[in-house]
Amino acid sequence: MIAAAIAFYVFATMAVIGGLNVIFQRNPVHSVLWLILTFFNAAGLFVILGAEFVAMILVVVYVGAVAVLFLFVVMMLDINITVIREGIHKYVWAGLLVGGVLLAELVTVFTSWVMFDDAASLSTAPTPDPNVITNTEALGNILYTDYVYLFQAAGIILLVAMIGSIVLTYRTRTGVRKQVIADQVARRPSDTLEMVKVESGKGLQ
Amino acid sequence: MEELLTEYLPILIFIGIAFGLAFAIVAASLLVAPSNPDPEKTSTYECGFEAFDDTRSKFDVRFYLVAILFIIFDLEVAFLFPWAVSLSGIGIFGFWSMMIFLGVLTIGFIYEWRKGALEWE
Repeated sequence: MIAAAIAFYVFATMAVIGGLNVIFQRNPVHSVLWLILTFFNAAGLFVILGAEFVAMILVVVYVGAVAVLFLFVVMMLDINITVIREGIHKYVWAGLLVGGVLLAELVTVFTSWVMFDDAASLSTAPTPDPNVITNTEALGNILYTDYVYLFQAAGIILLVAMIGSIVLTYRTRTGVRKQVIADQVARRPSDTLEMVKVESGKGLQ
Repeated sequence: MEELLTEYLPILIFIGIAFGLAFAIVAASLLVAPSNPDPEKTSTYECGFEAFDDTRSKFDVRFYLVAILFIIFDLEVAFLFPWAVSLSGIGIFGFWSMMIFLGVLTIGFIYEWRKGALEWE
């Protein structure tokens, strides 16, 4: 169990270092790379908690997809770093407000969890013992039946995201010659080619 | 719990080896390789020309579209894993719950297919 404790402190420290670097890096691309490190360490923390499924999803979805999307956005925006730094004093208050609200929420959740011993037993779906049932199965047992409305809402949100991103970014380009395979296959030699027998010395018409 | 973490120990060891190896290689090339830079050596090399402009140019927005569509289907697959594991326990209701979820996303899939968002030209 001492190995788990060491692993926890290593992962937690690295996650905090990674998170700080996300904020303090001057180059946004480096920020995204530090964010990936933070995701990996958070995944390690989830494994220590016994939440294997969440850890793997964090790696697959966040590292594999969301971070890549962030990189795309950062690269696509054609960022000029000095221009970004200009507005920092103007936006710092909005940032502090959002951060403060988030911190207050976290503190509320954490203190209520620590101060009241029966908090864990009062939750609608208490965390099952990882020795009895695996994390993936425990999630599967309630997600599709007890929480069906939230599950379907997730589906609707994904649909909205899909259609929204297509509507926002899809452009039909004019003047692009597309390959239409059906037309190519349907083309016969007789449509375009005419065989002419030419007598010697006469020429064509 | 102990058992679960013991199963993950080899992965932790591999991560340690990967980190150690990465640091060793970078450190070795810093220490061993000869390095005497001058301004001409460190300047950007672009086939003998002076560099025309900044490397930061705008990406085509379609890369973004492909990436976001990938995330959506990635999440759809992520939802399938716990469902497949506990399908025997959640019965017919759980089965159809997932079918409706997949149906909703299939509507989106058909939309993007018909719209031509998956084609690159």
